[in-house]
Amino acid sequence: MLEIEQATYDEIVAHARRDHPDEACGVVAGPVGSDRPQRLVAMLNAARSPTFYEFDSHDLLSLYREMDDRDEEPVVIYHSHTATEAYPSRTDVSLAMEPGAHYVLVSTRSPDSVDFRSFRIVDGEVTEEEVRVVPSFLSEGRAPSRSIP
Amino acid sequence: MSIQVRIPTILRTYTGGEKAVPGTGGTLAEVIDDLESRHAGLRARLVDEKGLRRFVNVYLNDEDVRFLAGLETAVKDGDNVTVLPAVAGG
Repeated sequence: MLEIEQATYDEIVAHARRDHPDEACGVVAGPVGSDRPQRLVAMLNAARSPTFYEFDSHDLLSLYREMDDRDEEPVVIYHSHTATEAYPSRTDVSLAMEPGAHYVLVSTRSPDSVDFRSFRIVDGEVTEEEVRVVPSFLSEGRAPSRSIP
Repeated sequence: MSIQVRIPTILRTYTGGEKAVPGTGGTLAEVIDDLESRHAGLRARLVDEKGLRRFVNVYLNDEDVRFLAGLETAVKDGDNVTVLPAVAGG
C-alpha cells in the first residue's frame, strides 16, 4: 500500500496537468526505510514527449547525491500518461530499476477526472497496490519531533 | 589510491550489498573490466556489444561520460565514478 499526504497527491496531479500534453515526471523522497513520501521533487522530462519520459542525466545525478546527503531514497517515482490509462506500459516495466519504489502513474487523458494509481515493479512483474491518501503524516497520532529547551 | 565506483541499489547484488567499491584502470572500460574480475556479472549490466547501455548513466566525477569519451574516458586515481540507471519510461 502507498500512503501519501493529500498535499503531495495534489502536487503530483497538478504537475501532470501542467505538463500535459507532455508526460510529467518526478520523485517523492523520504527517509531511508521509512516508506514515507515526504519531499516532492518535480523533474524535467528531458524527452519532452507525450509518450516518453526520462530524467535529465545531470539532474538525476544531483537528485541522487542530494538524497544520499539527506539519508533519503526515492519512495515514489511518478510520471503521467497523457492519452492512455494510468497503468505501466511495457517500456515502464522494462526500465523500472528501483524495486523498492512505489511507481505512481497519473493519467491526464480526461480533463475532468483523475486517474492516480500505484504499482510495484520488480523483475518485470507489476503489482498494483492500494493508494491511501492521508491529510498529513503528523495527524496519525504521531507527535512531531521537537526539542524541549 | 584507486577509483571509487558508486553502485546503485539494483546492482548491489553484485557487490555484496556494498554501495561503493574500489576499481583500477586507465579508462572507464578498464575499470569496468577490473570490477568484473571481482563482481562477476556486473559488466553485462553496464555495457552491451554497442558500448554503454542506453539506459545506464555513468558519471566521472560530475560529468556524464557520454559527454566525455564514453567507455574510453580516461580516469585516474582519486576519481569518482557513479553508476545510475536512467529513470525513464513511456
